[in-house]
Amino acid sequence: MSLRESVTQSSSRINSGVNVSATPAALYNLHTQSSPHNTDKWQSTESRYNVQRGKFSAVSEYDLKFFQELLGPHRTVLGEKELEGHNTDWLCTVRGESSVLLKPKTTEEVSTILSYCNQHQLAVCPQGGNTGMVGGSVPVFDEVILSTALMNQVESVDTWSGVVTCQAGCVLQTLDQHVAQYGLMIPLDLGAKGSCHIGGNISTNAGGLRVLRYGSLHGSVLGVEAVLASGEVVDCLSSLKKDNTGYDLKHLFIGSEGTLGIVTRVAINCPHRPAAVSVAFLGLQSFEDVLSTYKIVRHQLGEILSSCEFMDKSTLDCVEKNLKLTSPINKYPFYLLLETSGSNGDHDEEKLNKFLELTFDLGLVKDGTVATEPSKVANIWRLRERIIEAFKLDGCAYTYDISLPLPSFYKVVEDLGQTLHPDVLSVTGAGHIGDGNIHFTVTSKEFNQEIVESIEPAVYEWTSKVNGSISAEHGLGFLKRNYIHYSKSPSAVKLMKQIKALMDPNGILNPYKVLPD
Amino acid sequence: MSLRVLVGCKRVIDYAVKIRVRPDKLGVVTDGVKHSMNPFDEIAIEEAVRLKEKKIAKEVVAVSCGPTQAQETIRTALAMGADRGIHVEIPAKEMEKLEPLHVSKILAKLAEQEQAELVIVGKQAIDDDSNATAQMTAALLDWPQATFASKLEKTDGELEVTREVDGGLETIKVKLPAVVSSDLRLNEPRYATLPNIMKAKKKKIAKMKPSDLGVNLASHLEVIEVVDPPTREAGIKVEDVDTLVTKLKDSGRI
Repeated sequence: MSLRESVTQSSSRINSGVNVSATPAALYNLHTQSSPHNTDKWQSTESRYNVQRGKFSAVSEYDLKFFQELLGPHRTVLGEKELEGHNTDWLCTVRGESSVLLKPKTTEEVSTILSYCNQHQLAVCPQGGNTGMVGGSVPVFDEVILSTALMNQVESVDTWSGVVTCQAGCVLQTLDQHVAQYGLMIPLDLGAKGSCHIGGNISTNAGGLRVLRYGSLHGSVLGVEAVLASGEVVDCLSSLKKDNTGYDLKHLFIGSEGTLGIVTRVAINCPHRPAAVSVAFLGLQSFEDVLSTYKIVRHQLGEILSSCEFMDKSTLDCVEKNLKLTSPINKYPFYLLLETSGSNGDHDEEKLNKFLELTFDLGLVKDGTVATEPSKVANIWRLRERIIEAFKLDGCAYTYDISLPLPSFYKVVEDLGQTLHPDVLSVTGAGHIGDGNIHFTVTSKEFNQEIVESIEPAVYEWTSKVNGSISAEHGLGFLKRNYIHYSKSPSAVKLMKQIKALMDPNGILNPYKVLPD
Repeated sequence: MSLRVLVGCKRVIDYAVKIRVRPDKLGVVTDGVKHSMNPFDEIAIEEAVRLKEKKIAKEVVAVSCGPTQAQETIRTALAMGADRGIHVEIPAKEMEKLEPLHVSKILAKLAEQEQAELVIVGKQAIDDDSNATAQMTAALLDWPQATFASKLEKTDGELEVTREVDGGLETIKVKLPAVVSSDLRLNEPRYATLPNIMKAKKKKIAKMKPSDLGVNLASHLEVIEVVDPPTREAGIKVEDVDTLVTKLKDSGRI
């Protein structure tokens, strides 16, 4: 039995924006049909990882009756087949065994549910779009799943201030399209936008492709309404840009991955939607050239730069081979994808072309193309956004999301790539170079525990040595909770545990996640 | 034998842009909207450039009819490998009067003047979907036409063209000079990349007016109305199969 089974077609369906929670049964069938070497579901988290169930109650008939009376039979989902997709993550690394999924529509319902669960010691797993990368969005054992799928109302868009207020279950892409009507944009963009919920994004402090320009959610989220484990509703839903009155509690909920409270409503500061977006795709010979080019990028394109992404040759080769996409330029060891956003397309295009000529004349950039037409811009972005999908098609992908100082950025791939298992197909590095965040990914045809052991904990130790982060944007979830000490001091972890105990004395909110056991 | 190839490329609204109907319902909003080269014309340019790389063509001339911005479209063609461009200037406010017949007359005259032996255009433009220019150009020149080309091969003074037709694929031979219209699967157009983007700046674009070619833009067509397609109605969920069957019967679907 393997830890991370091979999934082929299902992963590409998920990434193309199919809402996972909508078709769990179909998803299960895809898994079994498309995995040639096993017709079984993969192992449950309990049997394959070393984790003990906490002292929580089990869901009883009495509890189900309560939920059904509160929400109605349609919003209290039971049944193994219906819950299949909600008990498993899309990377096929974990599988829980919950028997009930709840779909509240309002903050009040969430409050009633949590109050009840707290009283009866029932563990709860909050779930948004279930697109997380660290097994944080699905139950570990039989936790009650609380889904935000039906909490998808946009409450208001203030066109003067650019603030949108909405419920936590709005799908990111839908929310972005909604505010687009007002000439605004959500300051967050990631590959999972067709499925992820804004509440989940905020609970995990999602990073993505535009952190470089718009900063992290800690900056762009103005207000949060969350429900504590006790059922108490904490209203920090201010939509003011400046409000220094007391402790800024919303930051506790941003990035704590649902362990301190369930986010139910949010207020986000939306920037103006740029009139003109251009991209450049560049080919470079060496990583030194990449770093030198990056310096020039910051200097010449600084004020219009909205994304600066990186990938190496193995990554693009995999994308081309597995997804049948074509690179716009010839083959080089390294590639950069730059995006500029501004109010005047002609100005930006001129700046980009000048930058390109300069770096080409200096011999730093060997080949490149610039696109301003939306269709071409989308084609080029696809090469970056679908990378993880391409990796999964190799069979099995082991991916590590780390933050490193720029000079060491690619060294992790070079150093660790030497020592890997013979069954490894590709060793790749790609990611948000503008943020110092690399996704180091290794693929193989079938899952092999020896491959995992050749990478972990070596990659975490390597990262720790250069004072990097072992999880730049993906969070800790279930899979990385015990590695927290590689990036956080004992004093910090101690205080985190104290805060958790204060806010959730029974530990019912998303247990087994984030903090080490 | 080395041909001169004339390629028509039209500047259209980019296919990824959301189209909006103008308030006067006589057209779509084009102001401030992102335009690009008609995708089928990109395929035409790509094919011509490949003919040059195979030494079958000696020169590729890119033509575009339109306002000043049409020059951007020609620059893209030059960056893809065309040798020079011809911009037939039509002021923005007269663009609505431009019909396929006018373009065909312009292309036919240019083909004669430039002594081209092959004219390639996209099979249709994505804004009007007329699919008429290639055919009318051939008729005006009294040249053979090979439309919806998905494969093009040169054989001794003739072209062997595979066409995509409703029934499948049809392969025909046409004698040169000829007019070809490109279909989707003819090739995958290259991106304009660095050294070529810079070389393109030095290539020449000649300017002229339709009247220089003896073409006047008299209208033969009048647009009466442009409307959005009907909005999709919301679906309804039913509890069971019996209700589904009843509803289908009630709405006359079964």
